[in-house]
Amino acid sequence: MKKEINMLNDTPVKSEKKFYIKNPFKGPMTFWKGVSFIIVIIGLYSLYIRFTKGLGASTNLSDFVPWGLWIGIDFIGVGLAAAGFTIAATAHIFHNHKYESITRPAILSAYIGYMMVVALLIIDLGKPEHFYHPVYMWNIHSVMFEITWCVICYSTILTIEFAPVVLEKYKFNKLLKIVKKITPAAVIMGVIFSTLHQSSFGSLYLIAPAKVYPLWYSSFLPVHFFISCIAAGLSMIILSSYLCARAFNQGLNIRILSGLGKGALTVLIIELVFKFSEFFSTGKTSLLFTHASETYFFWLEIILGFVIPIWILTHPKYKVNRTGLYFASIFTISGFILNRMNVCVTSLVRSSGESYVPSFEEVGITLFLILAAVYVFKVVVENFRVFPEEESVIEVEPQPVEQSDGLIFNK
Amino acid sequence: MSTSKLNLENQIGLLFDATECIGCGACYEACKEENNLPATNKDFLKDHLSDKTYTVVEEYGDVYARKMCMHCLEPACVSVCPVGAFEKTELGPVLYNEDKCIGCRYCMQACPHTVPRYEWGKTSPGVRKCVLCHERLKRGEITACAEACPVEATVCGKLPDLIAEAKRRINEHPDKYYPHIYGLEEAGGSNVLILSPVPFDQLGYSTKIPKQSMPDFTMQAMEKIPTVVSVGGIFLTGMYWLTKRKNQIAKEEHNNEKGN
Repeated sequence: MKKEINMLNDTPVKSEKKFYIKNPFKGPMTFWKGVSFIIVIIGLYSLYIRFTKGLGASTNLSDFVPWGLWIGIDFIGVGLAAAGFTIAATAHIFHNHKYESITRPAILSAYIGYMMVVALLIIDLGKPEHFYHPVYMWNIHSVMFEITWCVICYSTILTIEFAPVVLEKYKFNKLLKIVKKITPAAVIMGVIFSTLHQSSFGSLYLIAPAKVYPLWYSSFLPVHFFISCIAAGLSMIILSSYLCARAFNQGLNIRILSGLGKGALTVLIIELVFKFSEFFSTGKTSLLFTHASETYFFWLEIILGFVIPIWILTHPKYKVNRTGLYFASIFTISGFILNRMNVCVTSLVRSSGESYVPSFEEVGITLFLILAAVYVFKVVVENFRVFPEEESVIEVEPQPVEQSDGLIFNK
Repeated sequence: MSTSKLNLENQIGLLFDATECIGCGACYEACKEENNLPATNKDFLKDHLSDKTYTVVEEYGDVYARKMCMHCLEPACVSVCPVGAFEKTELGPVLYNEDKCIGCRYCMQACPHTVPRYEWGKTSPGVRKCVLCHERLKRGEITACAEACPVEATVCGKLPDLIAEAKRRINEHPDKYYPHIYGLEEAGGSNVLILSPVPFDQLGYSTKIPKQSMPDFTMQAMEKIPTVVSVGGIFLTGMYWLTKRKNQIAKEEHNNEKGN
């Protein structure tokens, strides 16, 4: 009867209908709270400059570097959100019930990730007031058009996939039934849309064979983007499970995490073998040993994102150890981030003849949106049953009924 | 894209012959005037393409080279624009419609000649580049730059005539020319053709551009989409039923064992 006890005290309880947001100005000032306030101030200032002075004044982009940090962050955000469709497919299509408990956090982080990416894409547009144009102005030959539509469709599907969490809280049981019925179809479509636009981010660069440095240009660029996003997405779930376990006092299920690690390992090996076999078959091998900054960036990507995580994930002790999995995921994600930044910045420096370092405003807006995404995730987790009930309820100590609000604050 | 429909006979273009160019800057001035562009540099030879300059004359030793939009036959910008703001017209010019543009700048990223320029100074910027004097062509006139050229360095005409003229010049004076017509095959061909006395990379033209039309590179990936959708859909639906059934059978067997 834990539920009844929880209903009676004032701490936020997920089964209650009330929506609860903690006042950020109340309570003691912690280090991370201070950092967050600074990021919010910088972010709002940067947004103000962006929208009043334009892209030229607020970014370091130019005619030769028309895409910069923001596009890279879009790639990274969408790639890391790949866990949403991977886990949903594993649990709902392949009926692997072991992963049922992490579908909700995976879908939630994908959902918030996509919202962040869409916001950043709109900020990045030269004419954000025209952002809705692709809805009725079509050019089916454009990869960008395809991506736009896939992102719109997939966001809708993520809404359907996440809807039960909201509907069950507010007890919309009829609607919940309908949503649950269409979920399998939605998950299948979600996987297809994800496959298409995850790979299409790579296709964006296919049209620039003379501009992209050959270490990263490949006619299989879309395939590389698709494979690598799965390893990154799985690692992101390991990392966020680890962080959530600390932040929300959740239990960590090592069996699930090492399963995810095994999945990531398989994908990393496939991608590494695929990458190098392509170098050998296209005669680009000499580029791997050329004395050039691109070569170093490339090897850094390989060592961080492949060699180290593969070593950890094959190590008999570390692959089943929470710290081992935590570090493996951090390295995989770092390698992934470096890969995307290499494709969209490093690979183009030589042909554009101009180097690019993001401006204060570009970094400010990026940090602000990441912070916003983390904050929204936190609020949603505090209010809805995102993590499996047994684990979360066990952690909440039933409190004496008489305790008032003030007393809780004094604790 | 209407490349298959494109009637090459009607396409108008430019032939720029660097061996004839005297570097007077008449084309640069005429372009500024025709398009109502403000002055950007006292020395036109030191100017560069921008949202306020659609063509430049560059100095390489004693050779002068013009830079401008090449008006490709199968333009990358037309194919990549998500909202179809670029259009390859029947007369030849590749035109941009700012009312459609969302400002994603994919055209700038994709252009093999790195031509489109952006109005970075504006809060609602648009893309700017040479329009091949579309309004003049519609009236049956030649482009402002070709009209202003005091020698035969910039010639405006029907594309097949220009190709013939370029070949004639190279054949008649093989000693004068580097034996290549730049733009004839680059990026699948363009309406602007260039002749040079020296290899083209020495005049700042990109020689890495493939002969294939640029949209082809994207189509190789895009044409696989229907396959991914249909095969993926069938595979996933199949797996859904299979694994569901498998779990069901496992459960039944488990129950049966219990029952026994």
